[in-house]
Amino acid sequence: MRRSLLFIPSNNPGMLESSSLFGSDSVIFDLEDSVSVSEKDNSRNLLVSFLNSKEKLNLEVVVRINASDTPFYHFDLEAVVSDKIDTIMLPKASVETLHKLDKDLSKIEKEKKLANKIKVIPIIELASSLIEASKIAAMLRVNGLLLGAEDLSSDLEVVRTEEGLEILYARMVVVTAAKANKIDAIDTPFTNVFDNDKLKKDCKFVRGIGMNAKACIHPNQIEVVNEVFSPTEAEINWATKVLIAKEEAEKKNQGVFSLDGKMVDKPVILRAEKIILKAKKYKLL
Amino acid sequence: MKRLDKFPKFKSSDNYTKSKRTLIPEVLREGEVKFFTNISDVFDYYNVKSEMTLSFHHHLRNGDYVLNLVCQEILSRDIKNLNFAPSSIFPNNEILSKLIENKNVTNIRTNYMSGSVSKTIQNGSLDGLLLMDTHGGRARAIEAGEIEIDIAFLATPQVDKYGNGYGGAGKNACGTLGYAISDLMYAKKVVLVTDNLVELIENPDFDQKYVDAVLVVDSIGNKEGIISGTTKITRDPIGLLIARKTAQIIDKLGLVKDGFSIQTGAGGTSLAVASYLKDIMKERKVTGSFASGGITSYFVDLLNEGYFNNLYDVQCFDLDAVKSYHENPKHLAMSASKYANPYDDPIVNRLDVVILGATEVDLDFNVNVTTDSFGNIIGGSGGHADTAYGAKVTIIVANLLRSRISLVKERVLTITTPGEDVDIIVTERGVAVNPKRQDIIKKLKNSNVNLMTINELYDLAIKIAGKPEALKLKDKKIIGAVIYRDGSLIDYLYSK
Repeated sequence: MRRSLLFIPSNNPGMLESSSLFGSDSVIFDLEDSVSVSEKDNSRNLLVSFLNSKEKLNLEVVVRINASDTPFYHFDLEAVVSDKIDTIMLPKASVETLHKLDKDLSKIEKEKKLANKIKVIPIIELASSLIEASKIAAMLRVNGLLLGAEDLSSDLEVVRTEEGLEILYARMVVVTAAKANKIDAIDTPFTNVFDNDKLKKDCKFVRGIGMNAKACIHPNQIEVVNEVFSPTEAEINWATKVLIAKEEAEKKNQGVFSLDGKMVDKPVILRAEKIILKAKKYKLL
Repeated sequence: MKRLDKFPKFKSSDNYTKSKRTLIPEVLREGEVKFFTNISDVFDYYNVKSEMTLSFHHHLRNGDYVLNLVCQEILSRDIKNLNFAPSSIFPNNEILSKLIENKNVTNIRTNYMSGSVSKTIQNGSLDGLLLMDTHGGRARAIEAGEIEIDIAFLATPQVDKYGNGYGGAGKNACGTLGYAISDLMYAKKVVLVTDNLVELIENPDFDQKYVDAVLVVDSIGNKEGIISGTTKITRDPIGLLIARKTAQIIDKLGLVKDGFSIQTGAGGTSLAVASYLKDIMKERKVTGSFASGGITSYFVDLLNEGYFNNLYDVQCFDLDAVKSYHENPKHLAMSASKYANPYDDPIVNRLDVVILGATEVDLDFNVNVTTDSFGNIIGGSGGHADTAYGAKVTIIVANLLRSRISLVKERVLTITTPGEDVDIIVTERGVAVNPKRQDIIKKLKNSNVNLMTINELYDLAIKIAGKPEALKLKDKKIIGAVIYRDGSLIDYLYSK
């Protein structure tokens, strides 16, 4: 369960050091697009040194490795997989590359005797990945799908716009595939880091169609993203009332009951429970 | 100037209450105002000579030409052993270094200094002493006769034919002239230096009754140079994080209510605090009573939007503030004395909260804004110690780590502001509250504020960045001292 995931370039020591301070639910240490080819080895070494220099960070640690068709993929995996990380983010994911990743991770986990199984967030950023999205979402280890709109637009040969009509279908597919498998639907980052009003508008829109988290490319985006993807005060009050009414109905052996003139049944109760779960996790209660 | 052993040692920040205010008589002009068009004639007329003390204000900041003009004349006459008492020294006053090396100026008393002059002083070139006051302390020392000014050369953007002076208009308008008021009232001779002579000024900052002479020059400076640091809200994520936490803390302490008063610096993080507070004030429909200090355009906007009833302005930090001072009757000037002189029922005592910076903080909450971690003089108190004493809550906002150097030290290199007046340190990694303020700790304890002890903050910084080797400044020569606002010596300054 996440709201915000902050990308941090792994070649910047100062940013690595301050990465956990900004209140994001997850941090994504990037070895892929924000690191130039000539810097790949140095960045990987820097990231591993950073992770080894301290206790496990007190938030989800994700590492975006390079895609499986690059010469860096194996080096990345061998170096970064440890108990200091939680999740691998795989670019240009497909069913085939995720199978390979699962196999590679299992081998490394065994060799390094890791305490926990590494999770995976595939990036849906190819037209072919979009077609496979529901299968990808159902795969082992996968606990969230990230829509990568920039690469996807390139693959689709469309121009990215602020309105995002060109990625609406992709957003819907990612949401449906993720929610069908009860995992996170993570929206593509909003690339204008100087306009948090537009970011907020974008967040509200994607929340409205089912996304439950958004990747951030600047720490200043996190406050807005967390705000929009957290349950509102009104939602928490409503959910609390539903769950109290549910307890009372159970005492009276009522399966279905009404609250404020509206019928409350299982799906409504499940929604209320989810809101309270989120509110507790994000310390809103 | 006094030698250092004549200064009492600092005891406590409220020690001034044990003494009464000392006031020398104001010095009024005798006869008519004299008008000059040549600095050399002024020097001749007032017989500027060795051992005299000359004072200046710094309202034109890094655009000031007046101190430099006087320096040039001293150099050309090669007058030795003068005492200088400018309210601050800026990088563009680098000519002063030449006068120090040439023994024209042998003692300096100021509140703040940035630029190369401090390097010249710290390499041992100043024969006498460097004394660094607070803004309020300087006003107190002048009115008490501890700083005896022979001639005050006061840059004045507009002067009328009667000798009245005003800062809000003219080609080099710099706004309020608050730091010069004590010089005006108590200097033996006052020379206004202007590039804009007008018929009549109706509401002057400088009353002609104190003015002996007017020197008309081509230019007193470049008003663009008054812009102080950044006047824009920071976009640095760490700065914003600190600012957001600070605003939350101020809110949790229950300070954001009608009549609320605040002072912040001009830096991007301080302005970000003001911005977050504005959001809270807007939501709750709170109107503050005043914001004070050096004023930036951001506070001008807050005044114009009705978030505060007044601005009390001791100096304008940008040209929007200058314009506002000239046009808006709610934008009020205050003298350095009214701002911060402990004996003048100062505005600082009415502040609910002050947001200040620091180069170093130590385990006793002492703050250094005078030297950097290598001992170089890079600033000075200005109003730091004054506002820290006066405000109900004093908050230091600073990065815990800057280029792997910890903000928190076992001992600061130089004490500018005593720890007893510092309440809260807000950093990106934790918030430390002075144990003296149990009331604050109680209010913040059950909140989401990441409270730590100052020792924990120190340990955390050392764990991340390592413990640097201590600088051994005490082996160096004492070149001067930091003088607390009550006139006591709070710390020494050393050569490099």
